[in-house]
Amino acid sequence: MTFLWAFLVGGTICLIGQFLIDVVKLTPAHTMSALVVAGAVLDGVGLYDPLIKFAGAGATVPITSFGNALVHGAMAEAEKHGLAGIITGIFEVTSAGISAAIVFGFFTALLFRPKG
Amino acid sequence: MRQGYQSWVFSTKPVIAAAAAIGGPFEAQGPLAEDFDTLHGHLMIGQDSWEKAERVLLEEACDKAIEKASLTKEQIQFMLAGDLMNQSISANFSARTLAIPFLGIFGACSTSMEGLAMAAQLVDSQAADYVLAATSSHNAAAEKQYRYPTEYGSQKPPTAQWTVTGAGAAVVAHQGSGPRIQSATIGRIVDMGMSDPFNMGAAMAPAALATLEAHFRDLQLPHDHYDLVVTGDLGKVGHSILSELLPKHNVHIPLERYVDCGMLIYGDNPKVWSGGSGCGCCATVTYGHLLRRMTAGEWKRMLVVATGALLSPISYQQGESIPCIAHAVAIEAEQL
Repeated sequence: MTFLWAFLVGGTICLIGQFLIDVVKLTPAHTMSALVVAGAVLDGVGLYDPLIKFAGAGATVPITSFGNALVHGAMAEAEKHGLAGIITGIFEVTSAGISAAIVFGFFTALLFRPKG
Repeated sequence: MRQGYQSWVFSTKPVIAAAAAIGGPFEAQGPLAEDFDTLHGHLMIGQDSWEKAERVLLEEACDKAIEKASLTKEQIQFMLAGDLMNQSISANFSARTLAIPFLGIFGACSTSMEGLAMAAQLVDSQAADYVLAATSSHNAAAEKQYRYPTEYGSQKPPTAQWTVTGAGAAVVAHQGSGPRIQSATIGRIVDMGMSDPFNMGAAMAPAALATLEAHFRDLQLPHDHYDLVVTGDLGKVGHSILSELLPKHNVHIPLERYVDCGMLIYGDNPKVWSGGSGCGCCATVTYGHLLRRMTAGEWKRMLVVATGALLSPISYQQGESIPCIAHAVAIEAEQL
């Protein structure tokens, strides 16, 4: 049952993304940004955590979870350090993902010398 | 000599003394592979960038066409060339190598017939004896400039088209043997307000219609005058739109005689979505496949309508619609 819900919820998020590309005619970059913002807003109104509890990886794997993590980091730091914490904390939770993208991107470029 | 509003009739009937078509690895797998002079096995063509690879394609096409015409490049008086890269670098840099007096032209994918029409005009008006008209495109270089980085693997809708990796060149001469250029119609820009760069066939079809209407009106020819009417790169989507538009606008070209280079070059391969596109599409199919078939006697008169979508990545990002154009050149077999 866990798997089924993960599949359905994750699949629905991806379906929304496909819809944004094919029907609303957003570019892939705009679609990605829209999903990140949607995840952030959902967390802001307290809905994303219940969704993760319900669907597990179905909610944590899609890019919406990145928006959720941005808000989580910012809110946690804001509680400790006030308004400045929003800025310092925004990448608190997501730093692993962002750093990994930069570091692995660097090594991939070194190895494969992309031209496109 | 001008006839009607926007057409030229060439009384001396300039000759296509020779033409050459060069293709890439994907074109080599297509149904027209036999009709290319040279096919390359790798997109890089031994160069270290896509842009340099495209330049090699164009230089090879020019060299081959000059060689097939039994001329030397010193005998070619003018070169007219253009491509899709910013500032037409493929054409400019090839002209640097060839060192022929050069006029750069840009008509996006309509460049092939824009160049051929002007070359015929130069020869017909005795401004030159031999003129070279050439153009090229490269799939990866065009993707990089117009769309997304190739490594990004962005999805495309079924209306999108596949930019041809290839170059075509023709030597237009005042005398000699070969197919002859009878007339040309210079298109107006037509912009129906479409702004989706992944559906250029639909955007360009009205431009092709406008040029066809003008051609038959100016030359006062019956609509079944040509054995073959061929559009440049409308693809399946644009071909079906134009097939619907023609009878509605009282241009009764027999539809079984109407084909599109973008559909011919890759056949039914679903990987190319709606079909081929790019400057190299109309150029390689016309200068390779169509002229060979004409020489073989398969048809006597053909009208090539090269279509171009004159957008830039910046105009698209700023939400502008796509201005489109089409130029038509009528070619006759040597023996009518």
